[in-house]
Amino acid sequence: MNDTSPTPGNGGAKLRKNDLVAWADEVWKSYDGGRIGVLQGASLEVRPGQMVALWGPSGSGKSTLLHLLGGLDVPDRGDLSVCGLDPRKEADRLMLRRKHLGFVFQLHNLIPDLTVEENLHVPALAVGRPRGESAERIRELTEKVGLGHRLGHRIQDLSGGERQRTAICRALMNSPGLILADEPTGSLDEKTGETVFALLRSLAEREGIAVVLATHERRFAEACNHILRVREGRLSEV
Amino acid sequence: MRFLRLVPTNLRRHRIRALIGVAGIAFGVAAMLTILAIVTGAIGMFERILATDSHFLVFERNVSDLFFSSVSTEQVAAVRALPQVDTAHPLLFGIVSSPGHPIITCFGVEPDDPRLAKAEWRSGSRAEFGAKPGEIFLGSRAAEFLGAQAGEEIEIGRAHFRVGGIFKTENGFEDGGVFLPLAAAQEFFHREGLSSVVAVKLRHRDQGGAFKAAVEAKYPGLIALENREFNQSYTQFRILHFTAWAVGICAFLLGGLGVANTMLLSVFSRIREIAILRVCGFSSRQVAALIFTEAASIAAAGLAIGFLIGLVVLVSLQNVPQFHGYIQVTIQPGIVVGIIGTALLTAIAGAVYPAQYASRIQPAEALRYE
Repeated sequence: MNDTSPTPGNGGAKLRKNDLVAWADEVWKSYDGGRIGVLQGASLEVRPGQMVALWGPSGSGKSTLLHLLGGLDVPDRGDLSVCGLDPRKEADRLMLRRKHLGFVFQLHNLIPDLTVEENLHVPALAVGRPRGESAERIRELTEKVGLGHRLGHRIQDLSGGERQRTAICRALMNSPGLILADEPTGSLDEKTGETVFALLRSLAEREGIAVVLATHERRFAEACNHILRVREGRLSEV
Repeated sequence: MRFLRLVPTNLRRHRIRALIGVAGIAFGVAAMLTILAIVTGAIGMFERILATDSHFLVFERNVSDLFFSSVSTEQVAAVRALPQVDTAHPLLFGIVSSPGHPIITCFGVEPDDPRLAKAEWRSGSRAEFGAKPGEIFLGSRAAEFLGAQAGEEIEIGRAHFRVGGIFKTENGFEDGGVFLPLAAAQEFFHREGLSSVVAVKLRHRDQGGAFKAAVEAKYPGLIALENREFNQSYTQFRILHFTAWAVGICAFLLGGLGVANTMLLSVFSRIREIAILRVCGFSSRQVAALIFTEAASIAAAGLAIGFLIGLVVLVSLQNVPQFHGYIQVTIQPGIVVGIIGTALLTAIAGAVYPAQYASRIQPAEALRYE
């Protein structure tokens, strides 16, 4: 890929790679010794404040691409960069997860028997942030998403929407530049799903945080800035 | 290290599992403390018997046990005559039995022996020791378990003796023993003219080298050891020490396996949670450090509780009349350090595999099947 070549997700405009929050170029990933090919030359670009939808059915490779971008897995081949770091390198992966990325999963992946506040402290503990400082950030974030009154409640006592909002707060704790959201509305009812989606979109629009959203729901994909259709491990712009 | 704030939270969340680990270490600590305190107490008492008002012990070279040592009357006299010697007290050890009591330690001593001088006489007096033939003197505990009183006749080793007096000593071995005048003991044990050891007090302590050289030059078959040297080299003490530590460490190994099992279960049941920590920015080292610190915390709690249990057991045993003088509640610093070291080592060793396993959890793999 050239420094300025257009790729899916870029909306056709030319942009220097250094100005992108994330990019992937011809990324391949397979499992089971190459027998199960999941990604077959996937490429994308993500700009600051952009909300990019990876839209496709289950098993199409959306989550795998998010995992590669987030440094949770490494590609078989292909280049990728997130916030100027290389998720293929262990040291960069750790730095990415600590400071530049936030993850939101379909099933929230919070620690169920901890309280909302304790869960939100986890990313701050990883980077050694002082408790007072992270407590202030927690108050700020939870007020913003309407969870200020739920800080002392355990996750298991929250509704699905509250859990997902908590997960979004956790993703935002270390002020990342990119949020990777893997089917964040998948386990929620229609109305709650819309609330959670609106929250993610406001993060992109108001705070300039880029969001890559993996979803199988067309209505959410269409509400994003860019839609990349994921089918059999390949991406195509819709 | 702020991430370690998760440790108390994790232990609180899995409190039953943590308590099982704590109990394993606590029992190990209590067992080791009790065994070592009893053994060192017993050794200490034996040491004090030998070291009463003396600096050196002279006995037969290369004997496996002091009971088999023979020092002749002539040799005792020669030792006494050495210019460095202030006092020299021969002592003959023997084992006797009486109906219902197959093993009783018997001490053959001279009337001026410092053990008799330091004893608290319940009946009779030191002046009467050896004054009349056919008399035996009892430690107060021996008198108790033999059911004997002064003036009564008792059977010891198929012979009959009259109890000439009863005295209490601080030393459990002595207090549970019977005392005979040296000559009577030699006759009784068919070891005429022989003693087991000679406890020697020097005029000046710094003359130890000259004394030792003089004894060993004149009698190559004898050895003179300073009390400290003797305690370190005496095979029986070393066997006792070794056995105590071996038994204690075995108890700890069981505790360590308990911690390993606890931590392994803890990791297996938290695979997803550990993956979440990794997603939130925890490094594999931080995850391993969490597991190690949890194990170390379990060990620390186990140590505290174990010491408490051990002390309660020891104090209780000390107050049982039958154990009087045998249990030493004073814990030596070396034992405390050894127990703490062993407990932490076993707990940390028990956490190695769980920590290794936890640090290798791949978040993508663990979170894939939502």
